[in-house]
Amino acid sequence: MTHESEVLEALGTVRDPELDEPVTALGFVSSCTVSADGDVEVRLRLPTYFCAPNFAFLMVADAFDAVSSVAGVRHAEVVLEDHFASEEINRGVAARAGFVDSFGSLAVAELDTLRSDFVRKAVLAGTDRVCRPLLAAGYTVDELAELALGDAPPSADRTRLQERRAELGLPADLGSPLLVDAVTGEAVGPRALPLHLRRARLTLVNIEANASVCRGMLQHRYQTRGQGEMEEVR
Amino acid sequence: MYEKDGEKYFVVDSHMHFWDASPANWVAGHEQYAKGWIECFHAYMGLGPPETHWPLEKFYKIDEDTLMRDVFEDGYVDVAIFQPTYLKEWYRTGFNTTEQDGALAEKHPGKFIVNTRFDPRDGDAGLKELEENVARWGSRGVKLYTAEWREGSRGYTLKDPEAYVYLEKAQELGIKNIHVHKGPTIWPLDKDAFDVADVDHAATDFPELNFIVEHVGLPRIEDFCFMATQEPNVYAGLAVVLGGLMHARPKFFAKVMGELLFWVGEDKMMFGSDYSIWEPKWQVEQFVDWDYPSDEFSDYPRVNAASKKKMLGLNAANLYDIEVPVEFQLPAEAEAEAGAPGVLGVAGVDEGAEAKV
Repeated sequence: MTHESEVLEALGTVRDPELDEPVTALGFVSSCTVSADGDVEVRLRLPTYFCAPNFAFLMVADAFDAVSSVAGVRHAEVVLEDHFASEEINRGVAARAGFVDSFGSLAVAELDTLRSDFVRKAVLAGTDRVCRPLLAAGYTVDELAELALGDAPPSADRTRLQERRAELGLPADLGSPLLVDAVTGEAVGPRALPLHLRRARLTLVNIEANASVCRGMLQHRYQTRGQGEMEEVR
Repeated sequence: MYEKDGEKYFVVDSHMHFWDASPANWVAGHEQYAKGWIECFHAYMGLGPPETHWPLEKFYKIDEDTLMRDVFEDGYVDVAIFQPTYLKEWYRTGFNTTEQDGALAEKHPGKFIVNTRFDPRDGDAGLKELEENVARWGSRGVKLYTAEWREGSRGYTLKDPEAYVYLEKAQELGIKNIHVHKGPTIWPLDKDAFDVADVDHAATDFPELNFIVEHVGLPRIEDFCFMATQEPNVYAGLAVVLGGLMHARPKFFAKVMGELLFWVGEDKMMFGSDYSIWEPKWQVEQFVDWDYPSDEFSDYPRVNAASKKKMLGLNAANLYDIEVPVEFQLPAEAEAEAGAPGVLGVAGVDEGAEAKV
């Protein structure tokens, strides 16, 4: 029999594309129930009624795929609550229709490009997470340019950076350069590095600020904790 | 005006509203959108200090006396700039139109600047309306919602030829300031409503106009900052940055301010309360008291009283030709001392000079 914990674990692989955090940790999973026969119902909630429907669609569709792939799940239903486009999104995902089908003429393209643009931002943000401790430890910018990914000490941040790079097809093994261009995958040389690192930090600050606003709005909207919600680091 | 520790601040609120979101003004059949919109605004208020929160019923619509007291008597604001938001598909008489703002402004000469709006999809009729609004209300600025959906159109970009016609017309009419809403919006489906690339184009092609990116492009601050460093006539509107982060998330507020000061610079950042989402009083008080909370932020540009005077009022006064009494102006030496570290810092990075990261 499938347990809720397994379903939640699967939902933990579903990320808010903009915030690069699991929907569980963000508090977006309002409930998750599993019947004895393996029927799963997941209800998702977002910080506002008008959260961008393109990202909402991605999260609901990803959640549906993640839950459906858990062993023992017979039927999966993922429902987005309290959103202006709930109906279209829920119907589209349940029918396994793409974004364009779900919104008809309102949407001109699928969301793959949007998603990969945001994974690139996640790579930049992750670069700051991994490099800042190295700079604090005394590495110079020139020295960073010479390092391989594996020269950074093992950490959750390094693993996450590796995963995001791999997702985009960028060099991701530990022997590849620590600093690569998020579009071309080319190593970033010492001359371009100061600006690259500045942009990496700016990108992380944006994601953090955005996430903190989203969490604040969510808490205001719902006074209950989400399934698997993690405390915010302020 | 606000005075603290012997420093006098001239306050221009560059972004505020006077709306009617009461249920009586909801369009039949679209109530859920009208309700969803104002509840979303109300949730933003929740990010301010608890003692400043209002019940939703008050938030729907306030009377003139409340606005005048909150903004001018209690809120330290010297001049307030109205930014209209029409949303007539959801609100019968509009959410916050030029006329609603203008009617209040006429009763209080010298207190308000009444900005208007345009939408390039309105064709010749829209150009005429723009001309009439400028003539009627003396508008020197416009507020634009590029991502607004309308009749099957999924918004527009400032790069569109139709938008250029409007920008040319606006310039001809004496409009100087183009406030572009890039941020949480109405129907942002497949088009990335937050993309600021179109502002980049328009700012290059209309060097006489100033482009104020409202809410600093949140949630795309990084794209906005990188664009703003390259365009001398692009400014940061701080509405939501102060209201949404300064109290609720002080650490992230410090980081965002540090980045803005570095990339955009204190000469191009402008306070806006976004009233009545948040009252200006606590924002002005907290901002004047604000500094980075710890050493963690030591490589961001410093702020002093002169920096805050610019951001709270002098920069906007400059863009709108608002006369500032001499006791609020910066002495020349103070200005030189405050400098513009952000701009210099970025130039240094561009030249490949050693940069603190």
